[in-house]
Amino acid sequence: MTPEIAISLGRILAVIAGVLSAVPYLVFAERKICAYIQDRIGPNRVGPWGLFQPLADGLKLLTKEEILPNGIDRFAYLLAPALVMIHPLATFAIIPFGSSITLFGQTIRLQIADLPIGILFFLGVASLSVYGLALGGWGSNNKYSLMGGLRACAQLVSYELSMGLCLVGIILLSGTLSTSQIVAAQEETLLGFLPAWNVFLQPAGFAIFLICAFAENNRLPFDLPEAEPELVGGYHTEYTGLRFGTFFLAEYASMITMSALLVTLYLGGHHLPGVTTRDFGPVMTGLISTAVFGAKVATVLFTFIWTRWTLPRFKYQNLMSFSWKCLLPAALVNLLMTATVITLSG
Amino acid sequence: MPSITEPAAALVKGFGITLKHLFSRKFTSQYPEKPHPIAPKFRGEHKLNKDGEGRVKCVACFLCETNCPAYAIRIKSAPAPDGWQDRERYPAEFEVDLLKCIFCGYCEEACPVDAIALTNKIPEVETSREAFILNKEKLLANADLPAATSAEKYLDDILKKWKG
Ligand code: SF4
Ligand code: SF4
Repeated sequence: MTPEIAISLGRILAVIAGVLSAVPYLVFAERKICAYIQDRIGPNRVGPWGLFQPLADGLKLLTKEEILPNGIDRFAYLLAPALVMIHPLATFAIIPFGSSITLFGQTIRLQIADLPIGILFFLGVASLSVYGLALGGWGSNNKYSLMGGLRACAQLVSYELSMGLCLVGIILLSGTLSTSQIVAAQEETLLGFLPAWNVFLQPAGFAIFLICAFAENNRLPFDLPEAEPELVGGYHTEYTGLRFGTFFLAEYASMITMSALLVTLYLGGHHLPGVTTRDFGPVMTGLISTAVFGAKVATVLFTFIWTRWTLPRFKYQNLMSFSWKCLLPAALVNLLMTATVITLSG
Repeated sequence: MPSITEPAAALVKGFGITLKHLFSRKFTSQYPEKPHPIAPKFRGEHKLNKDGEGRVKCVACFLCETNCPAYAIRIKSAPAPDGWQDRERYPAEFEVDLLKCIFCGYCEEACPVDAIALTNKIPEVETSREAFILNKEKLLANADLPAATSAEKYLDDILKKWKG
């Protein structure tokens, strides 16, 4: 095995293990934060501060009976849980989660694949995530599941447009489609003190992208595909045991991926002026940049959770009109202004 | 074009409220380890008081049984044993059915000799209807528990607070 392949495999394993093991603790954090916001304490019985609660939850899902309901479309029903995992894990391939580490004379970049068309890759894979949800809804042969699946499709399609327009703004600014170069473009400082993160250059774009990220992940206030009061559980109503667990896992994993992408595009990726600009030796520099990246992702994730426990759910017609009548024009104006400024400043 | 300031202000306010609650006092009580404090006026199981010689104080006058709105008390009166100089009758049996009782405390208010009272003790969970009936032994066993603040005293305290 050549060292390149070994390095690639190592990175892939590290990313998959990292994301998948972060998910249970994200669920745990969600439960804790939700409890604290509601003046409760949250899970605290399993292990110290309830830290083993995610293990217990996982074991519960593993030992639950798997039910294949009557009248399902077996192929679609069984395929859907596998499909939903593609989007969160594949998108992570283009995210630079640290600078680089030098080990045994080899410089390892902390990114699985530095595609020159990283953003396009993301958009393509993000569209795939519709299939899992739609097939899950279709294959279950249940009216509520179908409604949930259809809603997920409509929502993803509507919000992806505004998201794409925000991305164009970023591409115009940094003049590249590669995520690592977008991060590199945010390395300097503005006016001497402000880090040159895109969030300061594109505040409106950041806000729109954030809203679209909520919608893409079916998070409250946009969780209509699984609105409990109307649709039981939406597209995963008929799923049990580990198959349900996969949907659950994918939802939280895509939250992590989306936050990581947000950090990469708008919050300077793994850069932090004053910390990652210094040299801490061949290994530590990379690790510290990864830690900076992780801290930023955690902050964005906290915002996700905070929003969920603050805002109520949209009505369906408001969801659609918000996307088409507010977000899309706003994203267009943002793009137009960005383009004008760039043209004028040469 | 709808105004954007109003919804934005509402959003900021909403997020502020949840953020404030994130750090405010928590109301969860850790039940088995730290039981919730019971108010002194909490009315729980009954007790039968004893007189100076350790005998049941009750004179079997039936006032509590008559007064009970829930028909929860059943008394069987008998002539007082020899040597009980101070009364003619005493309760041979005394039963309070906790499943019927509404813990109103009227029995306590009716008693002319302060023989029955309600305590702070929370009735235990049982598995049969019979087990919820407090007989004379159980009632006497509760004799040393402190009595719940009577309605009279509670009202007095409130009035005192109001008058300053
Ligand atoms: S507390 Fe009320 S209901 Fe219960 S035994 Fe006494 S009088 Fe009857
Ligand atoms: S407890 Fe009091 S009111 Fe009831 S029978 Fe005995 S003396 Fe009378």
